[in-house]
Amino acid sequence: MLALDQVTKVYKVGTFGGKQLTAVRGVSFEVQPGEVVSLIGESGSGKSTVGRMILRLTPVTEGSISFDGVDVAGLKRGQVKGYYREIQGVFQDPFSSYNPIFKADRVFSMIRSAYFSQLGKDDWRRKLESSLEAVSLEPAYVLNKYPHQLSGGQLQRLLIARALLLDIKYLVADEIISMLDASTRIDVLNLLGELKARGLGVLFITHDLSLGHYISDTTMILRKGVLVERGPTERVFANPQHPYTQMLLESVPQLHTKWSGGRSPRPADTEGDDGVVPELVEVEPGHFAVN
Amino acid sequence: MSVKVDNLRVYYRTMRGDVQAVDGVSFSIADGEIMGLAGESGCGKSTLGKSLIRMDARMRRIDGRVELDDQELPLDDTRAMNKHRFKQISLVPQYAMSALTPTRKVGKLMEELLESRGVRFATIRPELERRLTLVGLSPKVLGMYPIELSGGMKQRTVMVLSTLLNPALLIADEITSALDVSTQKAVAETLVEFRDRGYVKSMMVITHDLAILYQVADSILVMYAGKLAEKAPAEVIIRSPLHPYTQLLISSLPEVGVTYEEQKLTGIPGRPPALLDPPTGCRFRDRCPFAFDKCVEEPPFLEVEPGHHVACWKVF
Repeated sequence: MLALDQVTKVYKVGTFGGKQLTAVRGVSFEVQPGEVVSLIGESGSGKSTVGRMILRLTPVTEGSISFDGVDVAGLKRGQVKGYYREIQGVFQDPFSSYNPIFKADRVFSMIRSAYFSQLGKDDWRRKLESSLEAVSLEPAYVLNKYPHQLSGGQLQRLLIARALLLDIKYLVADEIISMLDASTRIDVLNLLGELKARGLGVLFITHDLSLGHYISDTTMILRKGVLVERGPTERVFANPQHPYTQMLLESVPQLHTKWSGGRSPRPADTEGDDGVVPELVEVEPGHFAVN
Repeated sequence: MSVKVDNLRVYYRTMRGDVQAVDGVSFSIADGEIMGLAGESGCGKSTLGKSLIRMDARMRRIDGRVELDDQELPLDDTRAMNKHRFKQISLVPQYAMSALTPTRKVGKLMEELLESRGVRFATIRPELERRLTLVGLSPKVLGMYPIELSGGMKQRTVMVLSTLLNPALLIADEITSALDVSTQKAVAETLVEFRDRGYVKSMMVITHDLAILYQVADSILVMYAGKLAEKAPAEVIIRSPLHPYTQLLISSLPEVGVTYEEQKLTGIPGRPPALLDPPTGCRFRDRCPFAFDKCVEEPPFLEVEPGHHVACWKVF
């Protein structure tokens, strides 16, 4: 189980780091195996920072992140490698995740030299093929190609296949489909659904409410670094409690229903600014919201 | 008839040959119409938008003509087009964040721009301030630097500036894609308001997001691989599309209310053809589940019902 407990992140900004910016404030949640949890927030809400902290790409200022009961921040050098076999991340822009002068399958050989150097050629090949199969890619078609020869959806699936090679238990998917075209993005989203069925826990970070609704079991709404609502996806969407969640839901452009008239006012922008983390209150079983 | 595009072909010249980005496109936009232009990346939608206002050095018009209020536009002639730009045809670019010069105050930038077009800033300033208030901005933004404004505010500032001289045609290229959902709504509603108030006669809204178009557009034109696939009133495109590409595209879009468990959506297999050497016949043929013998010939773009044009042999 991946658990965050009162995690806070403060960035030092400005000349010589003189100013402080609190990007994430007292965020707590859990991701279970076989569960897709979506973290929804607008730009600047701190959603990517949460993902980066889980992946140890940026240190936690306060609070703790634990993986199966072990504090992630305290891992020793040798243990970090083990941690990355359990949890991996895939990021937004597949075109800049690859080095354009190397072939795309170099990401696999890097994994092999770092983790599977003693594995035989044939065993490796079988392993690679089964993980490509899991993301529905044809090995003959995608191996030995340069990044520009593959589509965004294929590149993104290659990155997920790379993560799967390590037999991971959790995946942090940070806006993985926002750069993809409409006709291919749903396939990558369905892939997350299949991985979930295989027992993978996914933290799905997105700004798009309809994508979050489509794939996730649990929905969390992050606003200016504070979790304002958390609960089972169908309850959060059917019965949104926080004014911010309600405003987001009203603003989503829908395909078959038009926006209702009138501009929806933004809720007061001051919540959480005083440094106090507003408390989540249970409004119905499993559904929490800031009062 | 406000805008009339007839058999327009615009190619990019590259070392390896011509990229046929816009290949024989004909349509018209009526006065007061907001036309949405939708398609995937690389389908030529931005090229089409750009060629109506400013062709860059790599673009070349091969064929076709464009009329604005019965007057032909000199598309190839960058200098002659200057007379039409801003006053008759205007553009809201995708990255409004970088459209404003960072070292100029917003008001100063607008003043320089307007004076260069022979418009006295002092005379137009009251109208400018009125329109800024209309989109929910304080006239104080004129004294600010772009860095002091948020993304949505910059987008709205640029929209006010672009439409200040009441152009006949406004081209809005992906103006909502980089914004948050709540700001997206405000910006999209501003477009409609500008049309309703007569600041802009016709609009071409270019985006990949069909859901946004359904909210604001009167008609939607769907492009695929440099060609037109379908054009119809927005309601018809979303509810009863005829072209297989439009049908598959719409059925692949998740909406709030649709879940993976209950209703699994599917994408369109394959990818669009390269436009450097596009296949003959229907360009959607390789990905189309309904393709048959006839599809090796190129389908014409025909009106099958009043106001509903489509290019597919299965439909005719």
